[in-house]
Amino acid sequence: MAGLEDLYREIILDHYRSPRNRGNLPSPPAHRVEGFNPLCGDEVILYVDIDDSGRVTDIKVDGQGCSISQSSASMMTAAVKGRTEDETRELIRAFKAMMSIHERGLDSNGDSFDGESGPVAPDPTVDMGELEALRGVVKFPVRIKCATLSWNTLAQAFDQASLDRAAD
Amino acid sequence: MEGAGRPVTLDVASVKKDFPILDRDMAGNRLVFLDSAASSQKPRAVLDAMDHYYETTHANVHRGVYTIAEEATQAYEAARGKVARFIGAPSSRGVVFTKNATEAINLVAHSYGRNCLAPGRAVLLTEMEHHANLVPWLMLAEERGVELRFLKIDDSGRLVLDDLDRQLEGVGLVSLTAMSNVLGTLNPVAEIAAAAHAAGAVVLVDAAQSVPHVATDVAALGCDLLAFSAHKMCGPTGIGVLWGREELLEAMPAFLGGGEMIRDVRLDGWTPNEIPWKFEAGTPPIAEAVGLGAAIDYLSGLGMDAVREHEIALTEHALSTLADRHGDDLRIFGPPDAHDRGGVLSFTYRDIHPHDLSQVLDSAGVCIRAGHHCARPLMRRLGVPATSRASFYVYNDEADVEALSDGLLAAAEMFAI
Repeated sequence: MAGLEDLYREIILDHYRSPRNRGNLPSPPAHRVEGFNPLCGDEVILYVDIDDSGRVTDIKVDGQGCSISQSSASMMTAAVKGRTEDETRELIRAFKAMMSIHERGLDSNGDSFDGESGPVAPDPTVDMGELEALRGVVKFPVRIKCATLSWNTLAQAFDQASLDRAAD
Repeated sequence: MEGAGRPVTLDVASVKKDFPILDRDMAGNRLVFLDSAASSQKPRAVLDAMDHYYETTHANVHRGVYTIAEEATQAYEAARGKVARFIGAPSSRGVVFTKNATEAINLVAHSYGRNCLAPGRAVLLTEMEHHANLVPWLMLAEERGVELRFLKIDDSGRLVLDDLDRQLEGVGLVSLTAMSNVLGTLNPVAEIAAAAHAAGAVVLVDAAQSVPHVATDVAALGCDLLAFSAHKMCGPTGIGVLWGREELLEAMPAFLGGGEMIRDVRLDGWTPNEIPWKFEAGTPPIAEAVGLGAAIDYLSGLGMDAVREHEIALTEHALSTLADRHGDDLRIFGPPDAHDRGGVLSFTYRDIHPHDLSQVLDSAGVCIRAGHHCARPLMRRLGVPATSRASFYVYNDEADVEALSDGLLAAAEMFAI
């Protein structure tokens, strides 16, 4: 049985107690995207300034929820600010891969149903930095959705931005 | 059977021994189960009854002429009789077995709602309903344009009934919970049913929370239909009950079609079976009915008055102890007097999210529910995204309240801002 210290690492609690990039941005121009986890009422509202090249020039997070959803959002904003769209999408992919290791394991009792062999290996080319602290969440399957909420919401912001660019 | 010699108070230490799961070791802690409002644990007597049925008796019911088929049918129908006596129903003909309380309510929404509800008549619900007693009616409203009305609640979680007669004007069906799964509020069902009948409305009671905890008498409640689930009352999952007044059930058309629910089938039509079998399409949950019967025997053995007394005493103890220890850090929703509520405590604690609270408590073996409790409209009314909920049953005692209280302090230490 995984211990609480695997989940509530000090760096996670620090982001929960002192969230980074909390607040909002004028929208437009910022893309405002809402993420919601109906099971637990976790809510993340992202305000993302994305320049014409796709770079995240500023990002703010609003909403409320548990320590995992809120600290994950806080750590995410710190990690993606200033990054290009490609870099950010890569990080989203790497983070979700980190979180899906156990989801796969659960579905298939260790063996993969979907033809892929075993758990998703961490991508060595992506430096997860302090996001590594969230790796322990995979030992608590019901909390994985809390951790991935803000990342899925950020992906929506980019989708919205590219739709907007196409419409211009 | 009941009455003489039955203890007035519950011997919880002895009750705990009846529930094998409570022996489970939770990483060095005992299992403190405080989520019986979601689903209760099962006593050995229920597990044994179901095993015994499968090991000695099982065959399909109402079909075979051989011995074990006859015995299986008798066991299934005997459970129906036990249910009828347990809820004060005049006969077992009004007892329909369903999958759970949710299916029982859906049965009414489909059969009565789509066929018997007079055109233009509204359905009256309350703000404190579980999704099970909201969504079937929202579906009916979408499909048929039926008007839905809602009785409001006050800040202590009681229904506001000042305006009941006016709200009942033009109402064809009232459906309300007897006990809120979030607030614990015991609603004045008899009073509402009397007013509803005077207004010409039929009354369905969602008794999923009340039947397991409070002695139930459908005649005293004055309702026309009553829905509940076995799994919240020491019985197995997979079986629930819709009780209905016989003439009402006879007037209601069948819900699901298939075997068992028919008297005759031709290639150009079919004739429905008699009640209650008219509403029981397909092979029913036979072993589950046996388990439900054993659960009713178990609860009757404890005495439902003793069950209720125990829960009032434990809820009173919890309300005062938790308030003393945690003061303003703890906000408990619902009526302040334990006599007005069931053993269900929904609360918020400091600014700690219910998920985090539940996680910390889990590490000490304490199981509480965190979330919206399938009552999103009520959560909005209370102005909270989610709450934590501790709920009591026959196997809980003051030591379990201690464990909860200690867990709150541990969470406070971890998440102190």
